[in-house]
Amino acid sequence: MTRISLTVDGASVSEDVEPRMLLVQFLREKLGKTGTVVGCDTSNCGACTVHLDGHSVKSCNVLAVQAEGSEVTTIEGLARDGELHPVQQAFHECHALQCGYCTPGMIMQSVDLLNDNPKPTEEEIRVGLEGNLCRCTGYHNIVRAVQTASGQEVNAS
Amino acid sequence: MIPAQFEYAAPTSLEEALALLAEHGDEAKVIAGGQSLLPVLRMRLNAPEHVIDIGRIEGLRGIREDGDAIVIGATTTHATVLTDPLVAEHAALLTKAVHHLADAQIRHRGTFGGALAHADPAGDMGAPALALGAEFVIAEQGGGTRTVGADDFFVDLFETAIGEDELLTEVRIPKHTGWGAHYEKFVRVAHQWPIVAVAATLKAEGGTITEARVGLTNMGSTPLRARAVEQSLTGQPATEDAVRAACEAAAEGTNPPSDLNGDADYRRHLATVLSRRAVLAAAAG
Repeated sequence: MTRISLTVDGASVSEDVEPRMLLVQFLREKLGKTGTVVGCDTSNCGACTVHLDGHSVKSCNVLAVQAEGSEVTTIEGLARDGELHPVQQAFHECHALQCGYCTPGMIMQSVDLLNDNPKPTEEEIRVGLEGNLCRCTGYHNIVRAVQTASGQEVNAS
Repeated sequence: MIPAQFEYAAPTSLEEALALLAEHGDEAKVIAGGQSLLPVLRMRLNAPEHVIDIGRIEGLRGIREDGDAIVIGATTTHATVLTDPLVAEHAALLTKAVHHLADAQIRHRGTFGGALAHADPAGDMGAPALALGAEFVIAEQGGGTRTVGADDFFVDLFETAIGEDELLTEVRIPKHTGWGAHYEKFVRVAHQWPIVAVAATLKAEGGTITEARVGLTNMGSTPLRARAVEQSLTGQPATEDAVRAACEAAAEGTNPPSDLNGDADYRRHLATVLSRRAVLAAAAG
């Protein structure tokens, strides 16, 4: 077992983990943060996306021990004082989900995308979300939600 | 799936990392960003007894200028390479290619040196590094280093010139300032490994190609140079007809795989088409 200490959604945590434990397991099984989901388990689908030191990563493809000393933000840490994050709000308003399974990862990647590029074009949004798969194929409303969150006109097509 | 049990060490100096490699040798795997290694461990395709994390060695990260080369530290992330102004100015082919590597999340974690040391023939960094004549700086036991040219670095499928007790520390890319560049990648779905890809960079004066470098991804067990194409292009006008004729030889000397995405003949055909597109786009800027 290895002792790791890190910050998750603003709180300091310290736990003993097996070195082979994945970050997503750590979040779900050690901390009970089940808002971050496991989709494909092969680092393809992006459902498990969280922010590690301010940048999006697939938490099924990071060892928990690699996050030692880092700051992790999950979907559960986005809202502030009971107010949804603007990207969460936009996903809600645009109905940017069908089954909802990809949503935590889609939102975390969208927040990362808008941090780097506050006014992305539709093409830039689609490319920026290429690492996140929606098995319902509900991509149009997801793109509209990111456009809405960025304060841009929504593509009507 | 989770990996099999292993011992984990996170050295903070190169010396410490080399000592661990000397001790554990072939029972150890080196992890940097882990974006290629962790899927392998999770699928239990490999089960090393020791995993040595070099991600906490400060000196292995970063991009700097050094005379006629830019030097990229082994654990520099793809995301850093993508946005680095030195790379864009002096090795535009890397900027173009890394844009197509996996997806944003993977680029945030995955490292330039890690991808090259992994030596997947379908990886997106090998052909550009080869085309640019990259030199690989490898730390040896005893404190010395040796430098291996791109032509000798890639040995076979997932095999490089790095020894079991050695570590890739940085990659020197000779400056190709002002060269046009393009990476043409052929895939069926987003963020996939290329079925075939072509990395082209060239220098043109007054519409005539004076020098050209063309690298091929997934056309054999290692990245390959399309030397016949490079020779044919030299001195030619950058026109569609001339480039098309030169690129007919793109698959010469290759040994592409056959799989569900296409057989070897299909890949040989792709190589000619993608080379033409890559060279024309590189000539256009």
